[in-house]
Order: sequence, then structure tokens, then C-alpha cells
Amino acid sequence: MLLQRFLIRLLTMAITLFGVAVVVFVVIRVAPGDPIAMMLPPGATDADIARLRALYGLDRTIVQQFFIWLSGVVRGDFGTSISLRQDVLGLVFNRLPATLELATVALVMAVAIGGTAAILGARERGTAVEAGIDIASGTALSIPDFLWGLVLILLFGVLIPVFDISGRVSPQLNLPFVTQFYLFESILRLRFDLTWDLLKHMLMPAVALALPLAAIISQLLKQSLKEVLDLDYVVLARVKGFSETQVILREALKNAALPTLTLVGVQFTFLIGGTVIVERLFSYEGLGNMAIDAVINRDLPLIQGIVLVFALLFVLINLTVDMMYALLNPRLRHG
Amino acid sequence: MDEARIARRGVGPRLWLAGGWLLLALLAAIFAPLVAPQDPLAQDLMLERLPPFWMSGAEPGYWLGTDSLGRDLLSRLIFGGRIAFIVAFAAAFAACLVGSTLGLIAGYFGGWADRIISRIVDIWMAFPPVLFAILLVAVLGTGLSSVIIAIAVIDWTRFCRVIRAEAMGQSRMDYVENARIAGYDRIGIMLREVLPNVVPSIVALLSLEMGIAVIVEAILSFVNLSISTDDPTWGGIIAEGRLSIHQAWWVLVFPLITLILTVLSFSQFGEALKARFDPVLR
Amino acid sequence: MSADCLDIRNLSAVLANGQRVLRSVSLSVQPGEVRALVGESGAGKTMIGKAVLGVLPSSVRIVEGDMLLEGEDLGRLQPKARRTLIGARTALIPQDPLTALNPSRRIGPQMTDRLVRILGWSGQRADARIRQLLDEVQIRDPDRVLKSYPHELSGGMRQRVLIAAAFAAEPRLIVADEPTTALDVTVQKQILRLITQLQREHGTAILFVTHDLGVVAKISQKVSVLYAGKVVEEADTAALFAAPQHLYTRALMAATPRYTDPFASLKPVDEAVLAGLAAEIADADQAWRPRHG
Repeated sequence: MLLQRFLIRLLTMAITLFGVAVVVFVVIRVAPGDPIAMMLPPGATDADIARLRALYGLDRTIVQQFFIWLSGVVRGDFGTSISLRQDVLGLVFNRLPATLELATVALVMAVAIGGTAAILGARERGTAVEAGIDIASGTALSIPDFLWGLVLILLFGVLIPVFDISGRVSPQLNLPFVTQFYLFESILRLRFDLTWDLLKHMLMPAVALALPLAAIISQLLKQSLKEVLDLDYVVLARVKGFSETQVILREALKNAALPTLTLVGVQFTFLIGGTVIVERLFSYEGLGNMAIDAVINRDLPLIQGIVLVFALLFVLINLTVDMMYALLNPRLRHG
Repeated sequence: MDEARIARRGVGPRLWLAGGWLLLALLAAIFAPLVAPQDPLAQDLMLERLPPFWMSGAEPGYWLGTDSLGRDLLSRLIFGGRIAFIVAFAAAFAACLVGSTLGLIAGYFGGWADRIISRIVDIWMAFPPVLFAILLVAVLGTGLSSVIIAIAVIDWTRFCRVIRAEAMGQSRMDYVENARIAGYDRIGIMLREVLPNVVPSIVALLSLEMGIAVIVEAILSFVNLSISTDDPTWGGIIAEGRLSIHQAWWVLVFPLITLILTVLSFSQFGEALKARFDPVLR
Repeated sequence: MSADCLDIRNLSAVLANGQRVLRSVSLSVQPGEVRALVGESGAGKTMIGKAVLGVLPSSVRIVEGDMLLEGEDLGRLQPKARRTLIGARTALIPQDPLTALNPSRRIGPQMTDRLVRILGWSGQRADARIRQLLDEVQIRDPDRVLKSYPHELSGGMRQRVLIAAAFAAEPRLIVADEPTTALDVTVQKQILRLITQLQREHGTAILFVTHDLGVVAKISQKVSVLYAGKVVEEADTAALFAAPQHLYTRALMAATPRYTDPFASLKPVDEAVLAGLAAEIADADQAWRPRHG
């Protein structure tokens, strides 16, 4: 049953990715303005332009271009960036780790903040503490990551300048890394001075991304915790002598977390979508920041590649959440 | 039951505060030439980076100070509100029209219509929305209509998903079944029986979407892709403020406060309207 | 002086809207004795059990009265000390075995966690103890049961598991909250026999909450009859059935089905009796003021 579910999901994933490829391909081919003309010096002849157009395959029909591109993508060849004159896949893989690290740190923070707020709110249900948590999460949810980023820049970049507000790592540092997963590698190499510097750069964009998600987690999880806390097995645990905190952590949390989990998956894709503008805001050298440059430079192959990688990331997250849900639910697992 | 009552008791002040701010900002934007103390485009290098009125070195008439080109911040915010509100209303209504229609069709008719529409929504959800909007504006060319179209194109799915789910629930209700037995045609039932019941959700989403549209417009201005560079926009002012943050913090703070208040007001206003119109809660 | 196992004095509780749910309830349970608490649904009998165990819903507030567990005044203890005392000396056999086990945890840890984490036993000792109790409730394949998730067991099996877990820590008092109501009739009898048997072997006092006078007759030595949160009659079980004193008790008995006379089960409790009781309680409520709170 689990396998069947998995296969159906894989099929819909493929359809979705194909759809994304078609949409982005059509959208950017509608663009007025010739990216090739922008690449060449002002004195270029029409013949020069035609040659370059042929080189990038831009002289064929749009359907032909699409299938040439798609057959390349299937073989792992995303083409060559027009503005950077490099292999698109290489560029994407060079930047993707930075975005993944930022998104992961943000997710961990969102779960930690939202989970703590939910547990605290459920334990203190009906009190002023719960009301305060409700107001805080309502506010955190209504203000998008872009604005949180600006608020944080003002508070901790200017008013109390404790964190760095631009870049991924201090430029004067000598980096010994061989991969682009700087944070991960700095921990593996026990270079905690570099870990700290990376975190100082990452913290504020991560908080900006995490706050709305933390608010959603806190609201949903608190609601389902409160429902679970009225159930008989929780009452029985109280009679056994467990404290309310123990009762929530040991008996209620796992069962209450299941409905929250599905939603967190979708919300995590929103968080990753938010990295595009938050990276821009903090001049963080990730995939999203490169994507905006690619759009401004009309770098068609690069835009296609980045959008497709984002889409792949999103469907993979949804797939993972779906499978986790099935695995964590004993009834589904054994049913 | 108790929670619903508490929520309703909270409707009053929330609705008034949110509505009050929106009305104030809207009126200021409409009557901008009368209200704004200065010409928002007038540059004066003698007046660059004036602080707001309570700080020493402020000039009378420049209440919130000036930016690095000596342009009056308050006037730019007031004029920027024009574009923000035009985009908010136009884009939200466009997204609402497309999304609600498709959602209603998918939810009420089900079957193939639902399968196709849901698949399209899935594809849309696999795009990073901000990147999609930036891409669309780059493709369509900067300008007011591009921004509006871009926002409507990326955000119709929000309406579609919610309305589809609600219409699906409604179409299983007995009164819809009864109407069908009574011989009304399907489109008639959809418009007469199903649509009125999903209107509270549409209204709440519409208000929420206006806030989101304001943000997306600000983001587009921030990456310098919104309207022409001359007209003041909230996002454009924020972009300037981000650059001169260490010299003139007020250029970032005031548009930021304006944006936050506007976004919060739109979402609170939507919630309050929903609570008021929802037949179950009322 | 040997203290009562449980002594409740003048316990009154109200809902958030001020409505009284318990009206100066007094009752005691001697060590090793089964006290039945009988009444119709809504009479507040489950509330009394929950009040003793400290798990009243947040909407119910105790406004007066004392509860003494083996002479210790529960109301005077700090919350943490009270929780530990209740955990060590009492146990609950819940009403619905379907909802009283955590669906996402295996049976084994759910049975041993009180022994290990509250009473500080070693895991080995707790495991051995649980297996012994599973044997006493006639579960023959403890390995499978301990490894199972609740949904893999039948309702009767789950109730056996819960009974075994309740007796495992040798509590002085068990609150049995309608433990047979959610079960099939045939299973009901087995479960009732098991509870009686384990109660005798372990000498545990039980506060047995039920609406079923047939069950009362089978299991208890003492009985308190509850109506609208008020104890209307209290007696030895044998004496009560021989000569019920209160009008309501007689009406309740008349409404109880007898296998010899199946049609008698169709009689509801006499309206006139209920009307009289309601008037009596309304008068008492008028005069009642909580002594504190």
C-alpha cells in the first residue's frame, strides 16, 4: 500500500515538473527584447547576432527549442548561462547549498520556536500566557518574511549592531572548504570560528524566514494538542503521576504533531520560495539571489534551470512529508 | 461556541482600527496633491538626509525628513500609496475573479474539470511565487499593468484552493441535492446555492490578498522592476532606505511602518469581515 | 487510629456558569473494600472519581470539602506532591479501553512507565511485574501483547491490559470508572470477574463507578446512590437490595432490567419521584453557600 502510494506520487511529481518546464519555457519566450543583442558589444553586425542565436539554439521554433532543452535536461545538461558563460547546472549546484543551509536553519528555528510556543500555550491553556502566544503568533503570521527581514536589519543591524546584515561569510576570512555546504563542513572540520561567522550572517535572514512558519506551527500544534489533551489516555497519564509537561511531551505531542506535519510540508516550500527575496535583502549568495540577477540579465537558460530546480525541491519536500506521514502513523503502517 | 463568541466580541475594535488606518491611507493617496506638503519628486541637494521633525537639524515642512536626494519622505509615502492601492485593488480583484471561478467550477462539478484545474494549481504551487512574479514583470516589461497581471497570475491559486474545498463541501449538502431534484440546472444551482455560502471566505481572502499585493508590489519595486523609476513607490523608498541605512535610518523606518500597518490592517479587516458575514458565527 | 483509605467530606463543585455539579458529597472507602457509586448519567458519579484523582476538566471547580487519601489531605498538598501521591497510591481503570491507550505507543512502555518513571523501579523489575499481572488477567501471549500497538488488540484485551496496569503498582485505591460499559455483554462478565478476583487477591480498595445496579450487586460491599450530585442513600450492598430506604433508590431498582421479567426494563424512573427530588434539591441550593472559595 505504501509502495503504491509512493508510485502514484512519483507519477504526479513528473507531470507537475513537466508542467513547470512548459510554463516557464513559454513565459520567457514571450519576452520582448533580445538577450543576444544585450550580450554583444554595440558595433556587432546582424551576422554576429545570427551566429550567436544559432549557437544558443534561439533560431529554431519554440517547440523545437523546448524539446532540445528538455532532452538535455533529462541527460543533466541544462545549457549554458548567457550572462555568466558557464554551465547552468554547475552554477546552480554552486549556489544551491547556500540556500539549502539557510532554509534548513530557518526550518529548525521555526519548529523550535513554534513547537515551544505551542507546548507552552497548551500547558497554560486558558491563561494570559496562552492569549499572549495567540497575539504574538497572529502578528508573526500576518507580516511576511520580506518585512520581517527589514525589521531585523533595523533592529540588529543598525540599532544594536550584533549581527551581520549582508553576505554569507566575512570576506576577509580564509575558507578551507571543498564543498559549498560551508556551515555543514565547518562543523565537520571543527572550525567553530567559521561556524560562528556563518551563523552570524545566516541568523537574521533565517529568523525572517522562520517567523511566519513558526506562527503557523504554533497555532496548529497548539490546537491539536488541546484536542488531544482532553482524551482518555492523557487523563490516565495524569493519574499515573506525570506532570503536565511530561504528559504533553510523552503522550500528546506525537499524536498531535501528525496533522501539523502535512501543513508544515507545504509551508516549508513557501519558506524556500521566500529565500528568493530574503537572500536579496541580505545580499546572501544563494540560488534565489542569483535567480533575480538572472531575470534582470535576461539569462534564459539560467532562469529555466533555477526555476526547475526550485520546483524539483518543492515536489521532493511534498513527497517526503507524505511518506513521513505514512511512516509515523502506526495505523497506516500496519493497516 | 465559546471561542466563536470571544472572536465576535473582538470584532469591534479590530475592525475599526484596521478599517481606520486603511481609510486614512486611502484618502491620503486619493487626495495626495492636496495633502502632501511637498512635491515628491523635487530634489534639493541642500536638503539631503534631513532627519524627522523631532530631531535636531529638521526643517519645518519636512515632517519625516528627506532622502539622499533631498526629496520629502512624507510626500513620497503619500504618493507611493496611490500605486500601492491601485495595485492592491486591481490585482486582488483579478486574482479573485480567476481563482474563485476556477475553484467554484472544480469544487462543484468535480470530475475532469476538477482534475485538470487541480493539476494546474499543483504546477503553480511548484513555482517560487516571488521569483515567478519577478520573471513575469521582466517579461511583460515594467509598468503598472504588468505588476497587476503578474500578481494576479501568481496568486489566483490561493482563491482557487480555498473556494474549491468549500464548494466541494457545499455541493454535498442536502439543499444542493434538493435543488437538483427540483430540476434547476447545474450552473444555476452553483450560482444561487453554492456561491452565496462561499462569499464570506472570498471576502476575507480578497482583503488578505490586497495586503499581499501591496507586499509583492513593494518587493518588485525593491528589485527595481515595478513601475517607472520616477514615480515614488513604497518598495522603491525601502530600496533607497536599505542603501542609506547607516546614514538615514528614517528612510527605511517610515515606509516599513506604513507597509506593516497596511498589511496587518488588510488581514485583520478580512478576518473581521469574515466573522461578521459568516452565517454560522453570526 | 487506622485511617480510611479514602474519605470525602462535604465535597461541592460548580461549573464555570455557577451551576452545582456536586452537592456536599461525603463518602468513605475502607481499605480493601469495594464501594459502588451508582446513579444515572449526569448524576456526577464520574466527577467524584475525577476529583479524587485530580483530573477534573478545567470547567469544573471544587468550592468546598476535603478529600483524604489514607489520612493525607489532598487539598493541602502542593500540586507536585499531590500528583506524586496520587500516582503512587491510586490507579484508574477507565471507561473506554479504545481511547484510554495512546495509539502511537506500544503497549509495553505504556504499562511500565509509571513503575519506572514515577516509582523509580528498574526496567527489568517493571517488566517482570507487568508479565506477572498479564498472567493474572489471563493474557497468555505477553510477548506479542507488549509489542503491539493498541489498535492491534480487541476491546476486551485492551481492558485487561488496563486492569493489569492499574494493579501493577499495588495501589491502595483504584477508581474504576464504568469499566465494563463500553464492552460487549459477554466480555463484560469476564472483565467484572477479573476485577473482583484481582481485588480480592491484592486487597485493593475500589471506588467502583457504575450506572448498573446489577453490577453493584455482583461486585460491591458498600454502595452510595447518587442523584444530581447528591448522595441520597448509603448502605451495605446487601441491605440496600433487601430494603431500599430512599424513594429514588426504589425507583431506580424498579427501572433496572431483570432477566426474569424483561418487560420491566421498559419502565423509566418514576416522574413523580424525580419531580419531588428536584424540588428538594432546589430548596437546598437556595440555602447553600460555600464555606470558602
